[in-house]
Amino acid sequence: MGRYVIRRLLQMIPVFIGSTFLIFFMVYALGDPVAALFGDKAPDPATVQRIRRDLYLDQPLWKQYLHYMGQIFQGNFGTAFNGQPVTELMASAFPITLRLTLVAIVIEMIVGIVLGVFSGLRRGRSVDTSVLVFTLVVVSIPTFVSGYLLQFLFGVQWNWVKPSVSSEAPLDELLLPGVALALVSLAYVTRLTRTSIAENARADYVRTAIAKGLPRHRVITRHLLRNSLIPVVTFIGTDIGALMGGAIVTERIFNIHGVGFQLYQGILRQNSPTVVGFVTILVLIFLVANLLVDLLYAVLDPRIRYA
Amino acid sequence: MPESYVPKEAITHGDGGTAALAIGEAESLERPPGAGPPSAPPTGKPRGLWSDAWHDLRRNPVFVISGLVIIFLAIIAIWPQLIATGNPYRADLAKAQAGAEPGHPFGFDTQGRDVYTRVVYGARASITVGTCATAGAALLGSLLGALAGFYGGWGDNLLSRTADIFFGIPVILGGLVFLSVITSSTVWPVVGFIVLLGWPQVARIARGSVVTAKQNDYVQAARALGAGNRRMLLRHIAPNAIAPVIVVATIALGTYIALEATLSYLGAGLKPPTVSWGIDISAASTYIRNAPHMLLWPAGALSITVLAFIMLGDAVRDALDPKLR
Repeated sequence: MGRYVIRRLLQMIPVFIGSTFLIFFMVYALGDPVAALFGDKAPDPATVQRIRRDLYLDQPLWKQYLHYMGQIFQGNFGTAFNGQPVTELMASAFPITLRLTLVAIVIEMIVGIVLGVFSGLRRGRSVDTSVLVFTLVVVSIPTFVSGYLLQFLFGVQWNWVKPSVSSEAPLDELLLPGVALALVSLAYVTRLTRTSIAENARADYVRTAIAKGLPRHRVITRHLLRNSLIPVVTFIGTDIGALMGGAIVTERIFNIHGVGFQLYQGILRQNSPTVVGFVTILVLIFLVANLLVDLLYAVLDPRIRYA
Repeated sequence: MPESYVPKEAITHGDGGTAALAIGEAESLERPPGAGPPSAPPTGKPRGLWSDAWHDLRRNPVFVISGLVIIFLAIIAIWPQLIATGNPYRADLAKAQAGAEPGHPFGFDTQGRDVYTRVVYGARASITVGTCATAGAALLGSLLGALAGFYGGWGDNLLSRTADIFFGIPVILGGLVFLSVITSSTVWPVVGFIVLLGWPQVARIARGSVVTAKQNDYVQAARALGAGNRRMLLRHIAPNAIAPVIVVATIALGTYIALEATLSYLGAGLKPPTVSWGIDISAASTYIRNAPHMLLWPAGALSITVLAFIMLGDAVRDALDPKLR
């Protein structure tokens, strides 16, 4: 197990370097952060020279990247162009997005797995068909459309919840944005659970469990569900990154000042330190989540042993 | 007649009766015998994978409906004038945000432009981006994936690690960063970006499928008979490995259209002179309280388009490989 973890951690390094360098390249080589500082005004060449030197931008790109990464591992993410340290922005933004992502994951797990189990156990019946139609429709409505629809219906028409989220973003206000964020993944979770439940329901161990007289709910929760959840856990692990990235849309709709909001502002204003810093953290979260998922396999399926 | 065709025939015919939305499953495998009457006896010549799949598809209502919707969308993407006689850019500020009226069934947007005309003209951008990006990602991905799967070795490792890197980048974020520095107002930067992030998905599928096909006996037989690498890959492996790629490409087409709309909504995809559903939804979103119709019509058109492609992909998957999920 320990050796496996170390091997996986080593494998993560090139992926981490590659992804962050790609983003670094897009931000610093394709855009011109110094020109963006001056907006529409034509900058004074001497000032540009000085800023370039101060920001380490007169070096070749790979040197800039190494310097930047070196700084990051000392906890210095640089300052946004308004003078605020990027770490400060992160400290205010990440807790909010983390809460939003957690709300979304809880929703997609509970609703998705319950729907999946119900339709998987009743394959071909009307419950199953309607669940399938529901998932198809949900998958094909992009998040920014379903977000506005939910906001319009629940926030404006029926007035059940506040249409936008206040700056502290308490959990109850994040419920509706969480649903909007979770919807597409929820449909995938439902379909995955359904497929895997339906497949495992015919397995020998389920027949054995029934034959030895276990009550139905125990067979389903202890035997069937535990084995059927493995693909679902994989999906949710890879989904964490997608959800945090997708939060950019949800946060814009519901006016949540989280990671997506900061990133969107950063990209619009070509605020390079903000963008690269936030994306680096997101890539890290994604990689760690994937590693945790692989380790969770062994917990869910004792047949899997890591040497 | 090969033995394996008999049960396959019986299964596929049993599926004909019920309009089940079979998603990724061989529904009929579960159905008790006699639930769906076999519509034709399994006689006649044995069919290959492709004609068998086509035979299934023609009888699948999901395929027929989504196919018709897609043909319709393709026609109005090429000739929008057929069903919308107006000009999508003509603005009448006196009518700004007005509701439906005779001749203007969907009402007007903030600039007083006819929403119906804009919805019809918006199909072109979505369909163009969707098909071009899918074609690009499928070609690049299957070529690289097939070569990696066939030759293996360091190239294979390199490809897998590169794909990992692209998977590590959140799609929407990457799109915003990449496209925000590009000022071109054509569809090509968006297409290019989607191809850039989309090919690894196809490459993975193609690689896996080539690795599986490579181990088949007939491939070994071809090698024993002295076939070269080129011939083996093109004549023996590719035709048997391409089905999963087609399936993943069809479903990806729907998601690429949604991605283009999302990027346009965020202001990083297509730029205003182009008529795009994403741009119109973005512009309408500010006024959702007063004039929801400006948002709902393009949003509905977008969702139906994505739905049609995803349903088509599901149907094709069921037909080509009932076991593949």
